[in-house]
Amino acid sequence: MVDLHRKFDVLVIGGGNAALCAAISARQQGASVLVLEGAPKFYRGGNTRHTRNMRCAHDAVTEILTGPYTEQEFWEDLLRVTGGETDEELARFMIAESKDILDWIVEQGVRWQPSLGGTLSLGRTNSFFLGGGRAMLNALYRTAEALGVEIMYDAEVIDLEIDNGMFLSATLKHGETSASACASALVAAAGGFEANIEWLKQYWGEAADNFLIRGTPYNRGAILKMLLDRGVKEVGDPTQCHAVAIDARAPRFDGGIITRLDCVVFGIVVNRNAERFYDEGEDIWPKRYAIWGRLVAGQPGQIAYIIFDSTVLTSFMPSLFPPIKADTIAELAGKLELDPAALEKTVASFNAAVKPGTFDHTILDDCRTEGLTPPKTHWARKLETPPYYAYPVRPGITFTYLGTRVNKQARMLMKDGRPSANMFAAGEIMAGNVLGRGYAAGIGMTIGSVFGRVAGREAAKNARN
Amino acid sequence: MHGTKILDEADRLMTVCNSCRYCEGLCAVFPAMEMRRAFSDGDLNYLANLCHACGACYVDCQFSPPHEFNVNVPKTLAIARADSYAAYAWPRVFAGLFARNGLAISLIAAFSVAAFIFGFAAVNDRAVLYGIHTGPGAFYALMPHSAMAALFGAAFLYAILALVMSLRAFWRDIGEPVGMRADSPSLWQAIRDAATLRYLDGGGVGCFNDDDQPTDRRRLYHHFTAYGFLLCFAATCVGTLYHYFLGREAPYAWWDLPVLLGTLGGIGLFVGPIGLLAAKRQRDSVLVDETRHGMEVAFTVTLLFTGVTGLALLLWRDTTAMGPLLALHLGFVFALFITLPYGKFVHGLYRFAALVRYARERKMMASGTTGE
Repeated sequence: MVDLHRKFDVLVIGGGNAALCAAISARQQGASVLVLEGAPKFYRGGNTRHTRNMRCAHDAVTEILTGPYTEQEFWEDLLRVTGGETDEELARFMIAESKDILDWIVEQGVRWQPSLGGTLSLGRTNSFFLGGGRAMLNALYRTAEALGVEIMYDAEVIDLEIDNGMFLSATLKHGETSASACASALVAAAGGFEANIEWLKQYWGEAADNFLIRGTPYNRGAILKMLLDRGVKEVGDPTQCHAVAIDARAPRFDGGIITRLDCVVFGIVVNRNAERFYDEGEDIWPKRYAIWGRLVAGQPGQIAYIIFDSTVLTSFMPSLFPPIKADTIAELAGKLELDPAALEKTVASFNAAVKPGTFDHTILDDCRTEGLTPPKTHWARKLETPPYYAYPVRPGITFTYLGTRVNKQARMLMKDGRPSANMFAAGEIMAGNVLGRGYAAGIGMTIGSVFGRVAGREAAKNARN
Repeated sequence: MHGTKILDEADRLMTVCNSCRYCEGLCAVFPAMEMRRAFSDGDLNYLANLCHACGACYVDCQFSPPHEFNVNVPKTLAIARADSYAAYAWPRVFAGLFARNGLAISLIAAFSVAAFIFGFAAVNDRAVLYGIHTGPGAFYALMPHSAMAALFGAAFLYAILALVMSLRAFWRDIGEPVGMRADSPSLWQAIRDAATLRYLDGGGVGCFNDDDQPTDRRRLYHHFTAYGFLLCFAATCVGTLYHYFLGREAPYAWWDLPVLLGTLGGIGLFVGPIGLLAAKRQRDSVLVDETRHGMEVAFTVTLLFTGVTGLALLLWRDTTAMGPLLALHLGFVFALFITLPYGKFVHGLYRFAALVRYARERKMMASGTTGE
């Protein structure tokens, strides 16, 4: 049992990649460290549980990376996906630090492997965790425990005592009891608020009731809210979240990677009225998958259906639930509880608009529609080979962008712009500093590891002084 | 859907795992799974026998219990694997021996030991049974070499026949045409993978047994056991060659090759099984197929007794205890031979065949050709 009467040098709130990197790095600086994870042990680590890789800059081919990925190229990718909504100084600092993380994280027991089957496009830029995100977490926890970091699970922080930008103590609920934890410095690494439906409703209204949350139910943003309420400056668009279209049959929480569907480009997507609403072939899937959550969220009832025929059934990664199958479009509509006549009309007018071309899903091919609104600009082929298939999809929320402003020391900035005396932040809770919008695969883990390591080191230094 | 409920569950899990693939670097099971989108009974039995039960995919899985997806690959494949041993047993009438395997093996071993003891007592008078016999041919004072060779030769040939027929059924069921010769690079790859237990290390992290720490040492103890077994087998072969080609009769001096091989093997069969049995006791119950505890233990214990009685015979062969010890040792060796096709021993055979197939599949995928 952890002795909460003593004062720790560093208190880390959260239990994912960023939190553990902070705890390890603080401990390696000689600080005494307490980690408070709000989830039970099995669910420890928040979204890190569901991750699988990290994007780090590197100048040469490595054992597992197929080519160099320079700092400049990383920066250009970040600039592109965020549309410029990033802090250049912090982002370039993170990218520079990411090079060293490739080795540092291995020193903490994490193992790399080449990119997974079905993810070849990431083989040059992203390093994959052997065994996935939970294996990575397990390694970090083992290292932290061996170093003497104290860890409490089911330890939900319900209050923070902060005086004029200085952290004093945290009140936590542990089972039936509540207790207080004191520390000289705080690292907040407790994630975003994507699992807090009430909070999401502030921006999305009742539609949020139809959102599925891809990670654990524990990412409720309580720490983020306390910090912002107590004078920490905010960053990132509070109304936005990373949302993809996932299988509507997925559980409300924690369905993870296996409910994602990669077949939009192979068919058409219709809403509850059996009408198409967006160009399914706008760009290659890795560049477009992240817009479909929001697109579906904008449709009536927040539901849509990906419809395709038997010619493409095995062209994409398998997923958890089998597609719904029927011999005719009308029968398929019946199974989906759509108006059969309306779906037949939509498919017929789509088929009529498809122009001949040479299909190649790896490039922007010349298979497109003409005279159709909205158009399908690539990979358009007639749906005419039964049986026909459908996946129902809903918005699947991955993470939120709202966070706490930090500087290069990962130190939080207060609303008046001055740095906090002893409060640091790492991971999703501050990701909005470098990732104001959009996403590039693996960048969340880069933010977590780089700023976690920095935050731990700086918090330990801070506690010593 | 499938022949059994456990294969249905294995199918469900492979669908989950094929949608995730995070574990593909841990072992051979997941890359083999990725080569398929649908799974026949044979495919699932192939994957089940490819699994080395290292436990890493359970500890690393974000969907393992208490998650509602309830993904427990090691346990599910362990049950399917044990089922497959019975399914491929030859002749079919003996498949039932797998149902209560611990009891079956214990009874067979007890009868075998008793038969040798009573047989020795019936054939030999007390003076011979409890006499001191030394020098070449000493053992044969108690049992004529011709009788020993005929009895054990027959048992051994039967075991080989039954094992070959079982393996043939497995090979056919996992989709390989009968009579297909495994190409030599695949065979060589499988020999190396089996000899080093390449896939019993969680992809490099280590194996899991007691809990979520990779502190397992089953690979080491399995090496002691398997190589101990092979050394003992080699000792028997060398002794046979000595007997027939050099005209030299057992027992041999302690420095002679059959005794050196047998002693080293005996030590392996002492240390290895004890380590494996201890690991089995400590194994996290969440990974275990409890209903097969008897089978898991019976073969290991038979090996342990074979090793221990062999070592005892070596130590006390110049005393009056030689007669009873010889009966005991021969009893266990005989039981071991005739139960080889009907116990845990077959895991090595099927796993090796699965490794050969995996090596072939990898090669075919790499060269872009498809299966037959």
